[in-house]
Amino acid sequence: MHSLENRYGDDKVYDACGLIGIMDVSGERFSGHDIVTGITQMEERGNGLGAGFAVYGCYPEYADCYAFHVMFTEPDSKSQVEAFLNENFVLVHDEEVPHRIFPELPNPPLIWRYFLHANEKRVVEEKDGDELEYVVDKVMALNTSGIGAYIYGSGKDTGVFKGVGHPSQIAEYFDIEAYEGYLWTAHARFPTNTPGWWGGAHPFTLLDWTVVHNGEISSYGANRRYLEMQGYHCTMQTDTEVMAYAADFLMRRHNLPVEVAAKVMAPPLWAEIERMAPEDQALARTLRQVYSGLLINGPFTIILARQGEMIGLTDRIRLRPLTAAAHGDRLYLSSEEAPIRLVSPELDWVWTPVGGQPVVGRLGELIEPPAGATLSVQVPVYACAMQSVGV
Amino acid sequence: MGEPALQIDAGGVHYKDLNAQLRQAVADGARRVDLYNIFGQRYIGTDLHQPVEIHIHGTPGNDLACFLDGPRVVVHGNGQDGCGNTMNGGEVIIHGRAGDATGYSMRGGKIFIRDDVGYRVAIHMKEYESKRPTIVIGGTAQHFLGEYMAGGVLVVLGLTLRPGERHTANFVGTGMHGGVMYIRGELEDYQLGKEVGQVPIEEQDHALLRELVEEYAIHFGRDAGDILSQPFTKLIPLSSRPYGRLYAY
Repeated sequence: MHSLENRYGDDKVYDACGLIGIMDVSGERFSGHDIVTGITQMEERGNGLGAGFAVYGCYPEYADCYAFHVMFTEPDSKSQVEAFLNENFVLVHDEEVPHRIFPELPNPPLIWRYFLHANEKRVVEEKDGDELEYVVDKVMALNTSGIGAYIYGSGKDTGVFKGVGHPSQIAEYFDIEAYEGYLWTAHARFPTNTPGWWGGAHPFTLLDWTVVHNGEISSYGANRRYLEMQGYHCTMQTDTEVMAYAADFLMRRHNLPVEVAAKVMAPPLWAEIERMAPEDQALARTLRQVYSGLLINGPFTIILARQGEMIGLTDRIRLRPLTAAAHGDRLYLSSEEAPIRLVSPELDWVWTPVGGQPVVGRLGELIEPPAGATLSVQVPVYACAMQSVGV
Repeated sequence: MGEPALQIDAGGVHYKDLNAQLRQAVADGARRVDLYNIFGQRYIGTDLHQPVEIHIHGTPGNDLACFLDGPRVVVHGNGQDGCGNTMNGGEVIIHGRAGDATGYSMRGGKIFIRDDVGYRVAIHMKEYESKRPTIVIGGTAQHFLGEYMAGGVLVVLGLTLRPGERHTANFVGTGMHGGVMYIRGELEDYQLGKEVGQVPIEEQDHALLRELVEEYAIHFGRDAGDILSQPFTKLIPLSSRPYGRLYAY
């Protein structure tokens, strides 16, 4: 049993997933050093069966291109994928995603990235000019084709790097610290009841949406069926995938603000709804009726991001941890406070978000901690002059 | 014999090694240990049974002082989740805030937190004969405070609330079936779990509150008289077996 659960056999104590996100709301780009430091500090929360990073603003030279990150689980599928891409897109540049030679990571798949524009004529023919719908369609078509290739990143100026390993290993494999962006998220995985494979590592994505998640979605079946009726197909064998598609459906296709989408995914309890003012009650009831298929049940914390926005959300009774903190233009979201302190010993605010209420960072908007957030205790960092005495 | 007081630079040290160092230091006769550069190491102070003072400079990891049995642990910073998990004796004093499930299944000793706490604090705290665990929270608490609480004393002072601001915790004392809660300020009925009720404060309650608030005031340099001048709400369970008939039909 031990070897099945933990093939590294390293006497690891099992725990939950670890999440961290860092955003500079002024748009200043910074290297992957901080996010790697933060997620590596929480390596204890994962078990080596998955880790990953998302970064926004990392491909300035191809900023107006969709950056397709493609994993080939069947190496022969590459020519088929390229035929498909050439047919439907205009290729600007492509390359293997740079990586180190890393024998400790077993069987990494071939991973390629393609910078491309949509084929305008086809966008008009197939989707009446709706380019994002067109891209979603093509991603779903390739991922359900069964040829052994998966598009696991499809946003503009958005990098996604993930695989089976500890966060420090995946960071080293892809040389994460060499990238720069204004918004980063990261994940250390402890798979509960779905396989630890490269496609199953977090983040899960669609267009420029990325999501990292700690928890278990017990409503996965209901959510998946609802999303399939809307044209989204789950192919990554993991519950978290529905979060990315639900975000795209609610906030892009139905254009709901994040505060409203949060009330769909983590709706207020009926007892709370009954105490609301009449107009709030009407909205809450309507959302629960119209989008009942996207109520996310079970314990979860997610960090959801897209260009210009980072969102932290927990289930309505907060069965998974999330700490928020701010220092100047930087917003931090994390499963624990310690990794935030390690990256930024000085903080203006630290707070525990209320279940179901999103913490939102937006480009160009000041970070405002919610009412009730307590001023942070400053923790002095000591120069490493202390000696271990007498032990 | 080692030094009676010593300092450990815990930067980059795994909690297993750190706790091993602590055990050795205490076995060697240390009476006070200062830990520096603490970033998320878990279970600090577990498995120590001697009267030693451990000062933590930084942010200790989850389950700080779990199974603690005698030492005094002082945190110069914030605590994370599960502080004092199943703690049996001793003290935890946090000069900052603490996370979810603080005092989880605690069965003895005292925890003092200067500021706020997260969800489910004192969940399933319990008492037996002379062992009566105590938690004093200087600020306010989030939802499910004292969930399934089976014993002990839980005090919430609300000192971080601004004038006119109220405690916002809901589901306070859901499933509570033992022990007592004192909350400085008022709660609406809807904020309480179905298993608790408000009762008047009596003379023995005043005595207990005075003792605990004075202790809090000493730890964090506050004025106990000021704090005690405001009214408290007392909550006790309505039944010692709220779910006794849940599966009986």
